[in-house]
Amino acid sequence: MATKVIMPKLSPTMEEGQISRWLKKEGDKVSMGEPLAEIDTDKATMEMQALGNGVLRKILINEGQSAPLGQLIAVIGEPDEDIASLLSEAPPALPQLEEQKETDEPPPAPDLKPPQPQVNGRQPQAAASDSGRMIVSPLAARMAAEAGIDLRSLQGSGPGGRIIKRDIEAVISKPAPAPAPSYVQHAGAAAYRDEPASQIRQTIAKRLVTSLGPVPHFFLTTEIEMDRAAEMRKGINALDPDLKISINDIIIKVAAAALVQHPQVNASFQEKIVRYYEQADIGVAVAIEDGLITPVVRAANQKSLSQIAAEVRELAERARSKRLKPEEYTGATFSISNLGMFGIDEFTAVINPPEGAILAVGAMSAKPVVRDNEIVIRQMMRVTMSCDHRVIDGATGAKFLQTFKKILENPLYLVV
Amino acid sequence: MATITIREALNQALREELARDEKVFLMGEEVAQYDGAYKVTKGLLHEFGSKRVIDTPITELGFAGLGVGAAMAGLRPIVEFMTFNFSILATDQIINSAAKMLYMSGGQFNIPIVFRGPGGSAFQVSSQHSQALESWYAYFPGLKVVMPSTPADAKGLLKSAIRDDDPVVFIEQERMYGNKGEVPDDPDFTIPLGVADVKREGKDVTIVARSLTVPLALKAAEQLEQQGVSCEVIDPRTIRPLDIDTIIASVKKTNRVVIAEESHPICGVGAEISAEIMERAFDYLDAPVKRVSGADVPMPYAKNLENLAIPDVNRIVAAVREVAYLD
Repeated sequence: MATKVIMPKLSPTMEEGQISRWLKKEGDKVSMGEPLAEIDTDKATMEMQALGNGVLRKILINEGQSAPLGQLIAVIGEPDEDIASLLSEAPPALPQLEEQKETDEPPPAPDLKPPQPQVNGRQPQAAASDSGRMIVSPLAARMAAEAGIDLRSLQGSGPGGRIIKRDIEAVISKPAPAPAPSYVQHAGAAAYRDEPASQIRQTIAKRLVTSLGPVPHFFLTTEIEMDRAAEMRKGINALDPDLKISINDIIIKVAAAALVQHPQVNASFQEKIVRYYEQADIGVAVAIEDGLITPVVRAANQKSLSQIAAEVRELAERARSKRLKPEEYTGATFSISNLGMFGIDEFTAVINPPEGAILAVGAMSAKPVVRDNEIVIRQMMRVTMSCDHRVIDGATGAKFLQTFKKILENPLYLVV
Repeated sequence: MATITIREALNQALREELARDEKVFLMGEEVAQYDGAYKVTKGLLHEFGSKRVIDTPITELGFAGLGVGAAMAGLRPIVEFMTFNFSILATDQIINSAAKMLYMSGGQFNIPIVFRGPGGSAFQVSSQHSQALESWYAYFPGLKVVMPSTPADAKGLLKSAIRDDDPVVFIEQERMYGNKGEVPDDPDFTIPLGVADVKREGKDVTIVARSLTVPLALKAAEQLEQQGVSCEVIDPRTIRPLDIDTIIASVKKTNRVVIAEESHPICGVGAEISAEIMERAFDYLDAPVKRVSGADVPMPYAKNLENLAIPDVNRIVAAVREVAYLD
């Protein structure tokens, strides 16, 4: 009997997946449990295994294309089996995205088609509409029709991406977006290429608009003298070069220690409750090829510097190769984002809900400062904490930063 | 208003109607000498005598037919089944005679009869004695089907059923006879058949419940209120004719429905209500209608399995959270 291959749920927040690579082609034999394809979820690339024996009869979603959870993406069956009825329930396959040409060729000149805003076309826009049918509750469909809302512009928050009442209400309660700028099409206008937004890019977009808009941020900045921390790092690494402790590892450790002293900051606002966490699970922002991800160092307050260093290194490596498991990049209680290595002096970071705060760490650099009425040179570093005002007040955040600064400037506190 | 049990409320209704109209009489197994298997008819033999309160042999088809004949001859019989499980033997008289007589006689014979007794599950009486049969009787044009969930409803609806000129199947719930509630003292207090009651007002989810599941739904609604979900609980009280308008008005307000019922799901009253909602309020639904029904198995005897086969508060709470997209 033929086996339907459907888009599986491979991560807790996944609503659709993109076929990264088919590991079998049509006509290949497959057996139960064999890897069938690699799928880009919103966070990682995961392997999908065959759940039946036979021959991969038909691939319905090509590499680079997406399908919502539960959609038929391929059929496994006997070589001579009639699978027409199974195929008839699949939505029509999308045309392949046009090849993104690298510009080996000379840029096509004057008769180049000017950029046309895509109105309702084949370019992937909203995830819910670019493959298969849209799922909408009857009420949501009627509300959208009455309010003149294009359902294709929405992402459903119901099961399987179903667009429901609250999704429409969210749009209605927002002011209408400004009309898209209509481009004047100059001769010689810049050529451009459209690439499908990767799953991770779409997830970043979706997650972060739930942050700065709805979450009332405020920002606290302080400057920290890092000489002792740098000295400590040097000292430890001299003991054992394999430890490879970084300044960031020390920052994680210090933040965890400060969070334990300030549980009001290790907290999260969740509608009717404020949740206080009993350990510091620190999310560490890691830049990866097409976005960023925040692997979590669990219970950083209970771990030694060498444990933290080894763990961060290992998580970051797997993050870059997209091999993190969902539980390894979700559920932090506080996050740290460090752009010091890019020479950024200071910046503000966007809170990753439902966390209550994120610490943005700038570069450490030698600066003249006044100590005992003398101008001396010190290694200075600026940090800015973004706080969710619903759970952290100004003074609460400031006290936390005070402790953080005190420990980081005198890391001996870590062992007191 | 006095606070009394459903058992006492039914007893009051019977007593008042027997006193009010001498054409009313009561018969069934153990209703007279023994005061009723569940004591619903307590004291009635003593008060009204053996001509009005009659013990029958164990012959459901026989005494149901006797009742239909008496109704054709102008009396107003109340036929008690010790439980509705035994009414299965009498279905030929209920369905083929009582339900159809007015129609088939061209309007010559009204059948003002009440078939009443406990239905649904009791406590560990196993498959043959734990059946919720309302969808059977509600299926047939010509029958009215009533299921009260409170003492006041039990009294007001039974009095209306006895005064009604059509055959009424009046299904009580064995587990609920001891449930207490306030009942108006007015001897002419009645509740019209075919009118639903909003047992609790709310705005997020409508729970349609009847008989045993009404108190469960109200408990669930209390818990859900603490979770930030406001539930409206509607008890149709009469299954046929069904007050669908009240249900539809509520659905148009809340956009989400859970139907809680003790009976099996297949071809059940919940399935019918669900279809009506889909036909009349499709454009108002934000989630599929969700049923919480009894398990689709014969009722198990084992206590633990019996508990699993009957809807409970937790399952109703989970269903409401599901249609409210909270989980």
